Amino acid sequence: MSHNVYLYILVMAAVTYLIRMLPLALAKNEIRSPFIKSFLYYVPYACLAAMTFPAILKATDSIISGAAGFFVALIAAYKEKSLITVALLACAAVFIVERVLVFI
Amino acid sequence: MKRESFRKGMKDGIPIALGYFAVSFTFGMMAVAGGLSIWQAVLISLTNLTSAGQFAGLDIIFAGGSMWEMAMTQLVINLRYCLMSFSLSQKFRREESGILKYIAAFGITDEIFGISAAQEGKVSVFYNYGAMCVAIPGWTLGTLVGGISGSLLPDFMLSALSVAIYGMFLAIIIPPSKKSKSVLGVVVASMAVSTIFAVIPVLKQVSSGFMIIITTLLVAGLAAYFCPVEEKEEASHES
Repeated sequence: MSHNVYLYILVMAAVTYLIRMLPLALAKNEIRSPFIKSFLYYVPYACLAAMTFPAILKATDSIISGAAGFFVALIAAYKEKSLITVALLACAAVFIVERVLVFI
Repeated sequence: MKRESFRKGMKDGIPIALGYFAVSFTFGMMAVAGGLSIWQAVLISLTNLTSAGQFAGLDIIFAGGSMWEMAMTQLVINLRYCLMSFSLSQKFRREESGILKYIAAFGITDEIFGISAAQEGKVSVFYNYGAMCVAIPGWTLGTLVGGISGSLLPDFMLSALSVAIYGMFLAIIIPPSKKSKSVLGVVVASMAVSTIFAVIPVLKQVSSGFMIIITTLLVAGLAAYFCPVEEKEEASHES
């Protein structure tokens, strides 16, 4: 960690707050551009997907348990389980697979 | 009226706070495991109140990234709040003053936006305050407890818990992918592009923050150009 941690926190907090605040301060009218509206609509999906894969494979002790967590979460999310249920099932899958891997 | 809105917000905020606790527990644990103090982890949660942005921010802090990279990463990852704020700017009561709205702005998260957008007609900022009053402590305390117990948990528990955040992201992006082919395309394309970044030798050197920025701008931009969203589809947007 080469920089001051508090400076990082300040930058994070300031940027995040301004993104939330400026539209309320500036938007007296609705955004009309279909491109910008569509872009903003797609951003969360693109961003969260890019953050999730392949990072999930490297998050655990072994790529096999990471893959197990990914597939279990994928199935649970497909069945529209709640955020917490999906998260905990993914953790459980990693836990179980890593226990099994110990014996192989 | 104010009190009524506030109470309703608190009630609707309770399940959100419980969910936040679990995710921010993981955040606190990872922050402390990576070398931040418990106080710094809690400070991040208290001042940022956002999951994806904080986890990405953590990567940049640990990698010693530049402030510029930090600002750009937060901007892109949290750009979705911009859309939510625009939407709420139409939804909040006109007679409530700007300053009251700027306070509510701090608490615009995916989930709090979700419940306030789901209210019928106009919504009072006091409804948001109610939700914030339970959700913010849930998020902050989760970080504190995670930070404290992270050092006590054995390695195999840490390994299992480290996928929790990704499980949550999948729970957000997969259900809408079933309903909309264009969202599915965006999700698959983003995962493919980020995999290319992770595999190709030259691209490997790109830091994770910039990888996310480039992937998001590229994929969301192409999707917006080729598959512009119909008004109706946007109404069902709640991530």
